[in-house]
Amino acid sequence: MTAHLLYGGAGILLFVLGVWSFLVHEALLRKVIALNVMGSGVFHLLIAIAERGSLPPDPVPHALVLTGIVVAVSATALALAMGRRLEDEDDAR
Amino acid sequence: MLDSLALAVTVPLLAALLVTALPGRVQTLGVIGAIATALVSLRVTVQVWQHGSLRSDPGGWGAPLGLALQADGLSAALLAMAALVALAISVYATGYFREGERRLHFWPLWFLLWSALNALLLAADLFNLYVTLELLGLTAVALGALTGQREAVAANLRYLLVGLLGSMTYLLGVVLLYAAYGTLDIGLTGAAIRPGPVASAALVLMTGGLALKAAIFPLHFWLPPAHANAPAPVSAVLSALVVKAAFYLILRLWLDVFGAIVTPAAAGLLGLLGAAAVIWGSWRALRAERLKLLAAYSTLAQIGYLCLFFPLLQATPEGPARDDLLAALVLMAISHGFAKAGLFLAAGLVQHSAGHDRIDELGGTAQHLPATTFTIALAGTTLIGLPPSGSFIGKWILMTGAIATGQWWWILVILIGTLLAAAYVFRVLSRAFNEAPTPRRFVTQASTEVPALLLALTSAVVLGLGAQLLWRLMGFGVVA
Amino acid sequence: MNRPAKLMIGLLLCLFALVLLWVFHVALTQPPGARLADLALASLPLSGVTNPVTAVLVNYRAYDTLLELAVLLAALLGIWSLGAATPGFQPAGSALAAMVSWVVPLLILTGGYLLWVGGYAPGGAFQAGALLGAAGVLLRLAGDERAGLPSERAQRRLAVAGIAVFALVGLGTMVAGTGFLTYPQRWSKWLILLAETAATVSIGVILAAAYAGGKPRSRASDGATP
Repeated sequence: MTAHLLYGGAGILLFVLGVWSFLVHEALLRKVIALNVMGSGVFHLLIAIAERGSLPPDPVPHALVLTGIVVAVSATALALAMGRRLEDEDDAR
Repeated sequence: MLDSLALAVTVPLLAALLVTALPGRVQTLGVIGAIATALVSLRVTVQVWQHGSLRSDPGGWGAPLGLALQADGLSAALLAMAALVALAISVYATGYFREGERRLHFWPLWFLLWSALNALLLAADLFNLYVTLELLGLTAVALGALTGQREAVAANLRYLLVGLLGSMTYLLGVVLLYAAYGTLDIGLTGAAIRPGPVASAALVLMTGGLALKAAIFPLHFWLPPAHANAPAPVSAVLSALVVKAAFYLILRLWLDVFGAIVTPAAAGLLGLLGAAAVIWGSWRALRAERLKLLAAYSTLAQIGYLCLFFPLLQATPEGPARDDLLAALVLMAISHGFAKAGLFLAAGLVQHSAGHDRIDELGGTAQHLPATTFTIALAGTTLIGLPPSGSFIGKWILMTGAIATGQWWWILVILIGTLLAAAYVFRVLSRAFNEAPTPRRFVTQASTEVPALLLALTSAVVLGLGAQLLWRLMGFGVVA
Repeated sequence: MNRPAKLMIGLLLCLFALVLLWVFHVALTQPPGARLADLALASLPLSGVTNPVTAVLVNYRAYDTLLELAVLLAALLGIWSLGAATPGFQPAGSALAAMVSWVVPLLILTGGYLLWVGGYAPGGAFQAGALLGAAGVLLRLAGDERAGLPSERAQRRLAVAGIAVFALVGLGTMVAGTGFLTYPQRWSKWLILLAETAATVSIGVILAAAYAGGKPRSRASDGATP
């Protein structure tokens, strides 16, 4: 149980840190990183609940994490491309 | 042995792949794909009409191991609305994106969005819903930024970030539910759920995350700039369908997952936010300088009306009265979807013809674009809630429910919202008619004006007169 | 944002974290019902692969994976709609170029290995695709403007191939009568390998193209642009 709480607690900490950074910081890059940290927190929790004592780990949350990572990568890529587009326009002025 | 639920997702997906791989024939393939997608979607609705509900298991494992697709009256009604609105938008888009680079970008993203919408409406699995939400969000953002103007890119980037915050919060709720109940299927989770901290936390996280995406007051700040700066057909789909999809999901979760644990206080809070949205959104719509901005703020108000149903649904016991409320909620959502799509398409035509959409300088639009002005007037009928529109019946049942459950204060909100809506609709129309009439043709560009007109006509006349069909589709007795 | 507001948000979030931790604890201490894991592991012999995570991804929840490939494609199409890619970096010096010419084939080889091994050990289409994408990133860093990818026309076809194969396999099984994405047991191993191979290529191409950051510019060697 302690290991669960340590690991899951770390996930919750990452999630909340991400939310804090997302709300407090203005810069796009920081917001995008904050969202990724939040995502890592949620994935951390999923990994934590996959393990239950001596039984073999639950593969379903593992697969969900893989899917979640791909989705997060896609969203990050689009956000960065849009941000760069805005910056290019500012530079051109 | 054709699985119409899977087809409703794969047909638009394949259409997206085709228009991506063969950019040379994008227009033809786009029209064919749109018709095919609308047909498979409507097939689902017809089957729900005949059989009551449908379920299929892609992979053949069944819940809880596999995931399932499911359609009932609620999702079938919205699926049909999405099919008809999207078909009209597709026809409009063939005229709107005539040539050039943007046409190549529009169609693939458009079919991916349609596919995501259908997948979301049919999903029966909490994690699968997360994936569909993200697909919907990314395609909506990319389409919204398609004009390439700075304001559009900036507004949609903000929409993207806010949407991601919402979906991460939603996902955290899903993880908590899975940790406690060991399943992701909506029905199984709903059956296993017990009142307690886990269920309450999941309810708050998931509803909060989705409220961001559904632009429920006060989490609506991103919507007006994102919707007002998108190309007209995209604004139409964002307001009519994408926001509704997030709202649908809140409704689905509250009915099927958290049905046993929702308290009057939680439902009352959602109603209160809805009331604030009705008044604030209508007020801002009245003060808006641009037609598209007016339409965007009016969307906020309409989502607010839908939220007003929650406290009434919570307070009404199972039975015909509750069925009526639920059907009225869907009727209002659908009417608004048609009306708002028509209004945004018409606004796009005004913008195209006048070079701007500033309401105070719309003089003579009615004389130059009679069909478009008529569209705006019809859509306005629905936004105000005048008979015979579907939203008139919706509001009527909403007020009846408010009296029946002793929550008379919601009626005040509805009355204020209706007055404000009448004011902002007439403000537009009065500006459009201030030039001496010169005889012109009623329709000037058929491919864009006719779809807009049909959408508004559906919302203002067809849905009101044919409302009984919705009750039948949802498996309820007909309104007294 | 001013200091007191930041402090306020911080305090509220600390409280939020404590509540979440408590909720998480309660969730874990609830009497466990039937674990989904047992079902997943018990069904493994029927799934066509022996790695349980791969079984979830490409068999039990294959439909999730199909939509997730669509998410990747949507991101790439969104990036392309924003404009042309920036010009690449200047060509790498001889030392870097030599290293790249070593590492890239190695990455592709490792990708193929991970794809194959995914059937019975950790690995699979996403890991393999990520390696291919990394190869593309390296190539672009070393001066190839297009990250080692062919013309736009070919990129479009490669990017959709993975989803197309996946969706067509699903439709094929539906028409054959077993149901959408329901592999007949005799064929499941090969159908999964087919879908995964196509997915790997598409993921790699999409990741590398997304890194290039915009629509590929046409080159004289491409012939007519589509």
